[in-house]
Amino acid sequence: MVEKFGEQVSAFSEPYGMLTFEAPKELNLKVLNFLYDDDELKFRFLTDLQAVHYPDNKGRELAVVYHLHNLVDNVRIRFKVFSDINTPDVYTATGLFSGANWMERETYDFFGVNFVGHPNMKRILNVDEMDYFPMRKEFPLEDQTRIDKDDEMFGRG
Amino acid sequence: MKFELMTEHEHIRLPEGSIEKTTTTINLGPTHPATHGVFQNILELDGEKIVSAEQTVGYIHRAFEKLAERRPLYQVTPLTDRLNYCSSPINNMGWHITCEKLLGIKTPKRVDYLRVIIMELARISDHLICNSIVGVDTGAYTGFLYVMQYRELIYEVYEEICGSRLTTNIGRIGGFERNFNDIAFQKLDKFLAEYPAVLKEFINLFERNRIFMERTQGTGPISAERALNYSFTGPNLRAAGVDYDVRVHTPYSSYEDFQFNVPIGTTGDNFDRWQVRNEEMWESLSIIEQAYRKVKEFKGADAEVFHADVPEYYLPEKEDVYTKMEALIWHFKIIMGEIDIPAGEVYSCVEGANGEVGYYLISDGGRTPYRLHFRRPCFIYYQAYEEMTKGSMMSDAIITLSSLNLIAGELDA
Repeated sequence: MVEKFGEQVSAFSEPYGMLTFEAPKELNLKVLNFLYDDDELKFRFLTDLQAVHYPDNKGRELAVVYHLHNLVDNVRIRFKVFSDINTPDVYTATGLFSGANWMERETYDFFGVNFVGHPNMKRILNVDEMDYFPMRKEFPLEDQTRIDKDDEMFGRG
Repeated sequence: MKFELMTEHEHIRLPEGSIEKTTTTINLGPTHPATHGVFQNILELDGEKIVSAEQTVGYIHRAFEKLAERRPLYQVTPLTDRLNYCSSPINNMGWHITCEKLLGIKTPKRVDYLRVIIMELARISDHLICNSIVGVDTGAYTGFLYVMQYRELIYEVYEEICGSRLTTNIGRIGGFERNFNDIAFQKLDKFLAEYPAVLKEFINLFERNRIFMERTQGTGPISAERALNYSFTGPNLRAAGVDYDVRVHTPYSSYEDFQFNVPIGTTGDNFDRWQVRNEEMWESLSIIEQAYRKVKEFKGADAEVFHADVPEYYLPEKEDVYTKMEALIWHFKIIMGEIDIPAGEVYSCVEGANGEVGYYLISDGGRTPYRLHFRRPCFIYYQAYEEMTKGSMMSDAIITLSSLNLIAGELDA
């Protein structure tokens, strides 16, 4: 892995026993293809795909996280790419995994990650008219300590 | 003729009644008896053959992942109930196991075995619903009504343990909220004694039904290769011939202590899925019996253990709360969610009734998860529906829909 991509794959760690690393977002397909095709790695099962929003992480606010599984040797890894929130373009993995289709649509729906080359990039769980990405951290849930509500009406008085 | 040059998509958009239009558009759902939940299939039919299908999901999306970001860990459990509501205990346990992995809690063996009993009961009740619904959709209603009575026995066991039936909120981080009482064990005995004969009869009822056999065999198939590419898991993947089972590959809750087989199919058609689920029910029964034997082997103080010793997350005894200072403080801190969760990220999964139910939990050291993602097997394998039904008859598509076991709650999260 490091032999092929050199310094570009980085941040190797193993939280709770799962090897985790990251790569520049332009390389995501190359890395996924390499993991898929290599005769020893054989990471050919996409377990899960989702995004995380880190608003304080300037220039790399959105992380797209892939969980891959090698079913033959039963090894799981986690692979992340980080993206700027203003240009959240990441190449789609649908060419490699048909199952990535809806997972990427869900990620787009909630975080606004634009998967370049996706066959049907539109919202999936939310209404089509929605004009924001609700899982981003700038949309907090109601603060439990807010005082502008008439608490008596809500059974908290 | 002109319409043959049109792409499929253009064709669907032709207005009803236009002369070029040779196909019929049908909305199956959002609420239709055959969907067993709220989601829509827009089918383009040529006669009775499906030309293309498009799915609309999200009708009961409840933003669980967002809600979880403002809740302490124990308050997330009721959200997981409502994912796959046919087998909520598995989701609950999966969530507890995820939290325990993050917090580094080791549960006692007895807790693991009790959990296994509950999870396998849930698996049976889920498969029972799915398989009998496949029957209903082929017109064989009797099996469905017959087995409902025995699902009731399972729900009575839940009721003795946690007080509720469908959305169970069963167990706590570290163990169970209370020990299983004698009535729970008696009800379990009753279920184990009566169920095998019922399952046998249930299977006979269908396998000797010619209509059922002919409508399920060879319809809605998927190859192992395609199923893997679509990230199938659970009975649907095993029916296609891949022996992937989380209980075997990454054992949790001491599943490594049990002997069981992983049934697989060959063609991945509706009948294979139906059979794999039936076989899994037999295996689950055997696992429950093994676990029950192991639970009975605990003697003395060990036989009273039903939770790990984790004062930060496990509510103290009510009597202690009223009489002891420390217990009162812990009670207050837990209920108000004032415990900081250690920072870290963890992915943990359990074998749900529909496949790998995964929880990806990221904590930044606050009191609530920073990000929580549910891997819902239903959401992932439903994408293959179009590919599986294309070119088949509409009536086969209905059976494919129910034999995949679509649970709208799990689909939408």
